[in-house]
Amino acid sequence: MKKLIKNREIIEDTWSTVEDIDSPSELPKGNIIVSLAIWQQYAETLKNREDPLGILLASDEEPEVIKNDLDQFAVIAIHFPKFADGRGYTSARELRTYFNYQGEIRAVGDVLRDQLFQMERCGFNSFAVREDRSIEDALNAFNDFSLAYQADTKNPQPLFRR
Amino acid sequence: MYAYTKQDQRIVEERAAQYKDQTHRYLNGDLSDDEFLVLRLQNGLYLQRHAPMLRIAVPPGMLSTKQLRKIAEISRDYDKGYAHISTRQNIQLNWPALEEVPDILQELATVGMHGIQTSGSCIRSTTSDEYAGVAKDEDIDPRPYCEIIRQWSTLHPEFSMLPRKFKISVTGSPKDRAATQTNDIGIQVLSNAEGEIGFQVRAGGGLGRTPILGPVIKDFLPEKHLLTYLDAILRVYNRYGRRDNKYKARIKILVKAMTPATFAEKVEAEWLRNKDSATTLTNEELARIKAFYTPPHYEKLEASQVSFLEQCETNAEFHQWVLTNVSPHKAPGYSIANINLKACATAPGDISAENMELVADLADCYSFGELRTTHRQNLVLADVKQTQLFELWVELYKASLATANLGLITDITCCPGGDFCSLANAKSLPIAEEIQRAYKRIDTANDIGELELNISGCMNACGHHHVGHIGILGVDKKGSEFYQVSLGGCSTDTTSLGKILGPSFTADEVTGVVEKCVNVYLENRQDKERFIDTYRRIGINPFKERAYEKAN
Repeated sequence: MKKLIKNREIIEDTWSTVEDIDSPSELPKGNIIVSLAIWQQYAETLKNREDPLGILLASDEEPEVIKNDLDQFAVIAIHFPKFADGRGYTSARELRTYFNYQGEIRAVGDVLRDQLFQMERCGFNSFAVREDRSIEDALNAFNDFSLAYQADTKNPQPLFRR
Repeated sequence: MYAYTKQDQRIVEERAAQYKDQTHRYLNGDLSDDEFLVLRLQNGLYLQRHAPMLRIAVPPGMLSTKQLRKIAEISRDYDKGYAHISTRQNIQLNWPALEEVPDILQELATVGMHGIQTSGSCIRSTTSDEYAGVAKDEDIDPRPYCEIIRQWSTLHPEFSMLPRKFKISVTGSPKDRAATQTNDIGIQVLSNAEGEIGFQVRAGGGLGRTPILGPVIKDFLPEKHLLTYLDAILRVYNRYGRRDNKYKARIKILVKAMTPATFAEKVEAEWLRNKDSATTLTNEELARIKAFYTPPHYEKLEASQVSFLEQCETNAEFHQWVLTNVSPHKAPGYSIANINLKACATAPGDISAENMELVADLADCYSFGELRTTHRQNLVLADVKQTQLFELWVELYKASLATANLGLITDITCCPGGDFCSLANAKSLPIAEEIQRAYKRIDTANDIGELELNISGCMNACGHHHVGHIGILGVDKKGSEFYQVSLGGCSTDTTSLGKILGPSFTADEVTGVVEKCVNVYLENRQDKERFIDTYRRIGINPFKERAYEKAN
């Protein structure tokens, strides 16, 4: 099973991702993360499912569109098509700060060690590190800095108010 | 100037350590070229034509003598014994070894310096007026706000992977010496009718491929809301700025596409969600930062010192230097002394390690141990007693640092160009040198008067050619170097972008064309018109006709 960093620990990833289906009967059992398109098309069916549900947002899909459904999702996965595409940082921050989402926010896609520290500050608490990279090494990223100037989702006060 | 707290120091040291580890992992093969590229750029390291180039942040153009001496030492130990002042007031080393950069950063950290965000698609180091805090025409000192922005933008969690680079400039004077209209965000500090401090905010200005003057998107932003409003602009840009084409990724393209009015509305809506959050500045923080910029202990002096006036009368060369290179200071009996790094046959903005040390000594002796870098690639001693100008000049003169050409045609702003930069289409330094030779006689340059001549080796416009009264741009035509000439740009008072004169010229022709344009000005000028004034009055055609007239 794939590994994942969650709350700074390496765990087994129990979720599978479904991005494209022709009918809701194709949805597997267990923990699934579905694309925004699937959610929008089959929301009623998905709401009645017993197993936990997650949603996947592409880098150009804004949290605004799911803000009334947040209690449906145990996980919100945000996709990074390239590690240098920073839109996902804004999405995670909006979910935590504006919409008060308390569940898991997961970084998926081109997720690399050197971005984890800032991602965590924006509200991500789980990281599907790219599979060709050492997930153990990636854990070191959280110790890159011992303080920061800005307010963030971990430290709601900027340095000048602390 | 701002002095680091233990916390500031810790952040810089931790960034240096992080970069050391990143370099180590790259050299071990654990990071790909593309991955390391983004990481090194965000730390100021480019890979150039011959060697890497390390850009060191000098925010906002303020240096202590201790820092300058450290740069001199580093340039000797790790480079070829000189450094270059960039058009964004930073300092560049042109020959460091990639493997040694972590050691250089550790050295820099000991004097509170670094390369953080001096390149890459992130918020760059903030620039300002080189006369901030001392200019006679200044309303409000912009430097505290530059420092507040520096801290806010340093390793910002949300805005470290923007669509493209992002430049902010702040001024507090009506005469804009900080090019605020050609930055991604340009901020003018001002006070309203009630005497409250605030900011006029421009967004979406820039040079490069698509030069645009930034439109005003907020007429008056109250002081304490500075950071939440900047957050809002950056959030809108991070979300909607184009990422499919790097030539269309700057915020200016977004603002233009949305229209400034719609962009402003979008920012306003975003701001209202975050306004009054913890990021709102407190009175304590504003006071803490401003305290670093209280004026030094000026002596109470008469405005015009008799001995100084006598020195001007008896020494023509000194008098000339005073006329061009000394600017009025707000404190009576004090002056702003400009040290021009534009001597003929040296690359504009270059300074040797020996001269850095000399200038540091002079700043300690005559200007409270501080100096400034300028976007026109010169240095400034901001607080010199009029009575000591002569002594200072003598020392500078002995070191060939008393070039008396500030603001004249030979005070050329110029990028390193094709001799160094791997982006350049053409060389820029030889062109600068030839023009400087043509106007070597100070009387000639003086007679022409104020004339900004800017040269860029490519469309990226590091030499700010769009805002030169005369702008020269290196272009590539079928593998050969050509130069496009534009006229009428201006970065101060009434900012304007230059118009292209016509088809481009060969390297051999450029100086001749510049001379023709200058002659058209000299023949047409009225009263005390500057080149730019005459150009604005008579238009481009007389220049065009002369530049392209057939030789008889």
